[in-house]
Amino acid sequence: MAEIRPIIPTDVMYTRTAIALHWLTVALIATGFAIGKWMVGLPIAPQTLRVYAYHKWIGITVFLVTIARLTWRYTHPVPLPAGLPQWQRHAAAASHISLYVLMLATPISGWLFSSASGVQVIYLGLIALPNLVPKDEALSATLKSVHFALNFTLLALVLLHAGAALRHHFVQRDRVLLRMLPVLSRRHEEPTR
Amino acid sequence: MKPFRSLVPLLAAMLLAASSGATAEGVLIDKSEIRFVSKAMGASVEGRFRRWKANVDFRPSDPAKSKASLEVELASIDVASEATEAEARRAAWFDTAKFPVATFTSTAVRALGGDRYEIAGALAMKGVTKDIVIPVALRKDAGGNSVAEGQFTLKRLEFKIGEGEWADTSAVADDVIVRVRMVLPPVSQ
Repeated sequence: MAEIRPIIPTDVMYTRTAIALHWLTVALIATGFAIGKWMVGLPIAPQTLRVYAYHKWIGITVFLVTIARLTWRYTHPVPLPAGLPQWQRHAAAASHISLYVLMLATPISGWLFSSASGVQVIYLGLIALPNLVPKDEALSATLKSVHFALNFTLLALVLLHAGAALRHHFVQRDRVLLRMLPVLSRRHEEPTR
Repeated sequence: MKPFRSLVPLLAAMLLAASSGATAEGVLIDKSEIRFVSKAMGASVEGRFRRWKANVDFRPSDPAKSKASLEVELASIDVASEATEAEARRAAWFDTAKFPVATFTSTAVRALGGDRYEIAGALAMKGVTKDIVIPVALRKDAGGNSVAEGQFTLKRLEFKIGEGEWADTSAVADDVIVRVRMVLPPVSQ
């Protein structure tokens, strides 16, 4: 690679833990979303009930991992790279906050939707979660729409987030993506190791 | 039960004739309910029936003369989602095209002391009739109505509810808890 990217000081690199939790979240959201989209078209059968359960387990896991990430982020803050225009700083803050809110709200909306439909959630088949609301047909229909809307908003934000990261890497040619994907960085800069 | 079995359709017909449309005889239908709890993948799934009829003649002073009968429109099931409800109406489950109603007809009501009673009767569903006993607790609500609440557990497979792939009890448990609440207006005599 002929290009020169400014070296990022280690204090603006994400920690291994933050990086691992980020990519775990990517895998969970992608799988949970794909299963969710697929399962709603399946005929009701014993296997379908299992698939629904897996979808719920993944959602609850996203919620728990997000709590862990927020805690980690609070105790290990990482500033944005210097030199970013003000509007990008605001956009990054707004999209990150929205992503965190949605990663918490979307699983909870699913749990509420399941509760209002009278179906209890047993996390990993082991931990019985309490029903958050009593069974209610009208509420169930509303929460179904809310859960779907939150999922598609989350999908849109994830695409925006990934698009922005790719723009940083390929258009602005800075180190923003590399902070979260150091594997690429090593391949670029330390080909002999 | 053989002789009684033949009586069920007759009793059901008499009940139908006796009850006037949606209103149940002697029961405040809007305050009353027939609910159930099943287990799918170990998780409780609550449901209820939207349409049913009841005919309750309850005499606390003379329980032996008390009578209760219910007729549940199985296609009116409210459970989980519309897709689940559609599945429940199919032949593997209730087969509502062939067996539209479940009936319960009391054969004996016994006082257990205090506010507790026991209603024995026949539950008929999907062409199968079984004798069941429902323990019932009686109380008064704020409006002076009598509230009778009973609960019993039935084995769905005994009634062929959930056949074929659904007979697998690791997906849906055999036990189904049925909860009945009947609210009766104050007796005026």
